[in-house]
Amino acid sequence: MSPAMTDASFALTLALLLLAPLAIAGVALINTGLGRSRSAAQSLLGSLAILAVAAIVFAILGAAFTGNLPGTAGGAGHSFQLAGKSWNWLGAAPFLLGGLGAAPAQSQLALLFEFLAVALVGLLPWGSGADRLRLTAGCAIAAVIAAFVFPLTAHWIWTGGWLAQLGLNFSLGQGFLDGGGAATVHLLGGLSALAVIWIAGPRRGKFPKEGLATAMPGHNAVYVVFGCLLALVGWLAWNVAGAVLWLHAPLAALPVTAINTLLSASAAVVATFAVTRFRFGKPDASLCANGWLAGLVASSACAGIVTPAAALFVGLVAGVATPLLVELCELALSIDDPSGAITVHAAGGLWGLIATGIFAPQPGQLVAQLVGIATLLGFVFPLVYGLFALLNRFVPFRADADGERIGMDLHELGGGAYPEFVIHRDDSYR
Amino acid sequence: MKYAGLLVMPAGFFLSIAALILFPAPAPRAAFVLCGLAVEGMGLAVAVRGHMAARGEHHA
Repeated sequence: MSPAMTDASFALTLALLLLAPLAIAGVALINTGLGRSRSAAQSLLGSLAILAVAAIVFAILGAAFTGNLPGTAGGAGHSFQLAGKSWNWLGAAPFLLGGLGAAPAQSQLALLFEFLAVALVGLLPWGSGADRLRLTAGCAIAAVIAAFVFPLTAHWIWTGGWLAQLGLNFSLGQGFLDGGGAATVHLLGGLSALAVIWIAGPRRGKFPKEGLATAMPGHNAVYVVFGCLLALVGWLAWNVAGAVLWLHAPLAALPVTAINTLLSASAAVVATFAVTRFRFGKPDASLCANGWLAGLVASSACAGIVTPAAALFVGLVAGVATPLLVELCELALSIDDPSGAITVHAAGGLWGLIATGIFAPQPGQLVAQLVGIATLLGFVFPLVYGLFALLNRFVPFRADADGERIGMDLHELGGGAYPEFVIHRDDSYR
Repeated sequence: MKYAGLLVMPAGFFLSIAALILFPAPAPRAAFVLCGLAVEGMGLAVAVRGHMAARGEHHA
């Protein structure tokens, strides 16, 4: 059972959660900037629609399975007994947010955090499917995530599920720790993005029959870099609020959490800057943005737990790995991921979770983190792939070839984001 | 091949869970969890190879 929340903690957490949507805005802007100009309006409208659908579906169905509401706070839910231990696998609360008004303040805040988290998870596959994913498909994917996949993961990790109880049941540190959503939001979102990419396939002309993959750079570096700055504000709020809600950090520990977040992102962007400068002769704006974001994602796992020196190291590793993994995915593995969600969110989150286990002082914490990672990779990813493959049969993910050729804006919305601009012929279609 | 890889991945997950139940001592438990992760990694690698092979067939 979590300790009761003071009035000061409540007020601070609520204020932070009102700033957290800036992280969503930042990611939406980055997704749009990294896509093509002829799909920009569809990308941003899709972000808005996905946020709305995810919130509605989560309110109707998903929130019941996370188990935050009255009668379920503190880890109650559906459990089974195995090897003498209780395995709490699904929350059990009323549907349609029943009893929300009577819930303790902390449960209401936790629910608000989850509303924002589920919207962000839905945005990650949308960014990866840019320039070919249909708007309806993006909304359907968000609905599936919000209805079942996210609530299951959030319950296991945040609201007293079996991963949160690994410390209690198996003496593994404090159980699986994920203060800012590195697993629940970013790893889950990154793996969902991989599933969507595999099902939808690459953009036309991305991987020609012969030669290297075609470069399809983002259309607006200003959106991308400004999105990074917006994301920083949101991430600071997100990580500090998460430290209060999920790690039960005292008020005195919160400035360190914010400093660690900033340090991790800073080290990451400096490292990516250096790597791209070394490899290409000049720093690459979109890769540096990806590096910055990867540092933020890695900090989501560990900012509330590690020291500032460790946060610097975590960011440094994330920043070095990001441009290399982007190249690996595109050139060696034939994965067309315009927003870099797999590298930034899946790999960054994975690294942050491992770093939490390495740097946390409690014995057994690393094993707890590895069990959590094994669960996301070995159970949740195949589940997500199966659900999405099934969904694709009813709501086809991919737009037709003509839609892709004229751009998703004209195809789906009937008008472009930049109507006064001249549209150039696309040489990537061969 | 992609589906084969995706089917192997849950086996790694169940290995990790089995480690929690079967091995109370920290060292063998950690080793078994790592083995589970390795199986998942192999499954993912097979799935990635399947994706690449499918791409090659599509072009052929």
